[in-house]
Amino acid sequence: MAFTNEQLERYSRHIILQEVGAGGQKRLMDASVLIIGAGGLGAPAALYLAAAGVGRIGIADADAVDLSNLQRQVIHATADVGKPKVQSASESMLAINPEITVETHRMYVSASNILDLIAGYDFVIDGTDNFPAKFLINDACVLSGKAFSHAGIIRFQGQLMTYVPGEGPCYRCVFRDPPPPDAVPTCSQAGVIGAMGGVIGSLQAMEAVKYFIGQGELLTGALLTFNALTMEFRKVRLPRRADCQVCGAHPTILEPVDYALAACDLDGGG
Amino acid sequence: MKITVAGDVKEYADGITVADLIVSEDVETPAYVTVALNDEFVLTENHATTKLADGDNVEFLYFMGGGGCGVYK
Ligand SMILES: [Zn+2]
Repeated sequence: MAFTNEQLERYSRHIILQEVGAGGQKRLMDASVLIIGAGGLGAPAALYLAAAGVGRIGIADADAVDLSNLQRQVIHATADVGKPKVQSASESMLAINPEITVETHRMYVSASNILDLIAGYDFVIDGTDNFPAKFLINDACVLSGKAFSHAGIIRFQGQLMTYVPGEGPCYRCVFRDPPPPDAVPTCSQAGVIGAMGGVIGSLQAMEAVKYFIGQGELLTGALLTFNALTMEFRKVRLPRRADCQVCGAHPTILEPVDYALAACDLDGGG
Repeated sequence: MKITVAGDVKEYADGITVADLIVSEDVETPAYVTVALNDEFVLTENHATTKLADGDNVEFLYFMGGGGCGVYK
């Protein structure tokens, strides 16, 4: 497929890059990404991936836009309050780039639907705010042999890592089991600087783009941490755990599992 | 002895354990921090018995939620 003149212009800053070129842009246009959570992390990730011309983007979220979301979830506008987040996100993505296909999944992810949900996509972005969802996404991606980007943000801190099958540890290798409900604060309880979602969510989009164009080093086997107060990024090398419950030599987790959610996260806000 | 903690070289008394270091470093939610010692994870139940040695490299990895909700119930 040749590029149209409009595509050549729209993607000219990509195509001119030696690392992307026409071939890389074509790969992005043939790619599909599922973003789970249209919140602080998912918003910038979705906008940049739409702008980049990723051909098919799925967005999953059950919530409606709330006024308290707008401090950081830049994909939604004030006029969107009350609208399903997936609809608001889809409209924003298509406004930037009407060439792409956006698939909305207005749903809660769970052990019973996650495998089907991720099956249709090449790469998954975890933009969720709670640990049961993060472990669920990790396990489902490991079990399905699918690459994904993990990220978390709280207060002035952020972290991310990338899982690619066979190329390094999974989220569970590092964190083992979800903490008990309410043992570790989430950002709906502890707060977060809005721009943190912009920093870390954009880095998740960057990892997805690099995954598709096949350039550079992904954060496989490394956790990148960012402290906005000191403006320090640190890349911490992660060992793999041979006895990991899901990606280890003798896995005990053979299908996705649901964990209890902290009570104060049930009404959300991340 | 010198121990590198999260990238900073620090002086500590000989013979301290991972659990002692967690207290000294005032780690938030110490029961739920993941510790990597010289590129190996240290199980939580071994924090109190794992002694540190001169030149060790310790990283603390924290649970971080955040992002978007309304995706899990
Ligand atoms: Zn693992």
